[in-house]
Amino acid sequence: MEIKIQKKVLEVNETEAEKNRKFFRQKNVFVLNMMSSPGSGKTETLCKTLARLMPGVRVGVIVGDICTTNDADRLIKTGARVTQINTDQFGGDCHLSASLVLDSAKKLGCDDLDLLIVENIGNLVCPAEFDIGEDARAVVLSVTEGEDKPLKYPLMFRVADVAILNKIDLLPYLDVDRDLAVGNMQKVHPRMPVFEMSAKTEEGYEPWLDWLKLKVFEKTGKGL
Amino acid sequence: MHEMGIAEQLVKIALDAIPKDIQNPRVETVHLKIGKLASVVEHSLTFCFEIITKDTPLEKARLDIESVPVRVHCKSCDQSWEVTGPVFQCPFCEDGDVEMISGREIEIISLELEETS
Repeated sequence: MEIKIQKKVLEVNETEAEKNRKFFRQKNVFVLNMMSSPGSGKTETLCKTLARLMPGVRVGVIVGDICTTNDADRLIKTGARVTQINTDQFGGDCHLSASLVLDSAKKLGCDDLDLLIVENIGNLVCPAEFDIGEDARAVVLSVTEGEDKPLKYPLMFRVADVAILNKIDLLPYLDVDRDLAVGNMQKVHPRMPVFEMSAKTEEGYEPWLDWLKLKVFEKTGKGL
Repeated sequence: MHEMGIAEQLVKIALDAIPKDIQNPRVETVHLKIGKLASVVEHSLTFCFEIITKDTPLEKARLDIESVPVRVHCKSCDQSWEVTGPVFQCPFCEDGDVEMISGREIEIISLELEETS
């Protein structure tokens, strides 16, 4: 006996993600899902981004890690409102699910925010698969990871709307071809904007901030 | 890495689909479609599925996985093609605004139940 089903296995998460989109629309907040492998510099990139955006843009951050509040402790010093999700309470999940993000967004409070940034768990595979109801996805690749990572982990670079090539201040000390790294990202995702920058020295920050401010303004009419 | 979560969702959908009026149902096969670009390792999924289906109607069921090729469409020149590597640039107009048509599916298609006499 055959029973036809024809259903998406991740349907539950996708339904939750739609609820999140509705919630974020009601709150008139732009949501950015920031993803990368561990150690690419997401948190430092965000610390510098927040310092430059606030108070003109009102920003909240949800930060996901398996363990520790280290990243939240760093981000909170910028003056942004921050909440940390530790997935070790939920089996050490390698990604943030839509329902976890909604619970945290409600806890954080979104009424007075223009921009909500979700710093996903460091992982170039799993977070790409889980919609959290975001408006845009950014992937960070640091030059120390090597030029070929976009080709090795194509889904992450396919689903991203924008990429950051981070730690370019280290290029003089590395055998890394910057143009090849950018070229590989654009092989996987033609036309994707790639911002080459250094979170440490803040070189190359302006185009990234302009892109982000424009996106916030396009959705919310606020922040420019 | 998230195959256990996928296996759990899969089992929930499959168990919900079994008609309640069948006595001691046993599922023989679960048919799935998984896109080649979906982040699912078949071996891990099968391993997780075996563990969590113990003492359920899905115990010892076989996962029959149809692999779905990655197909893309270029919105600039309207061509479609199958992508076999990680390169998504349009081979026809060499640029293009490219969208994926298939290759990210993680779908449960049907179940085959053991015939009861």
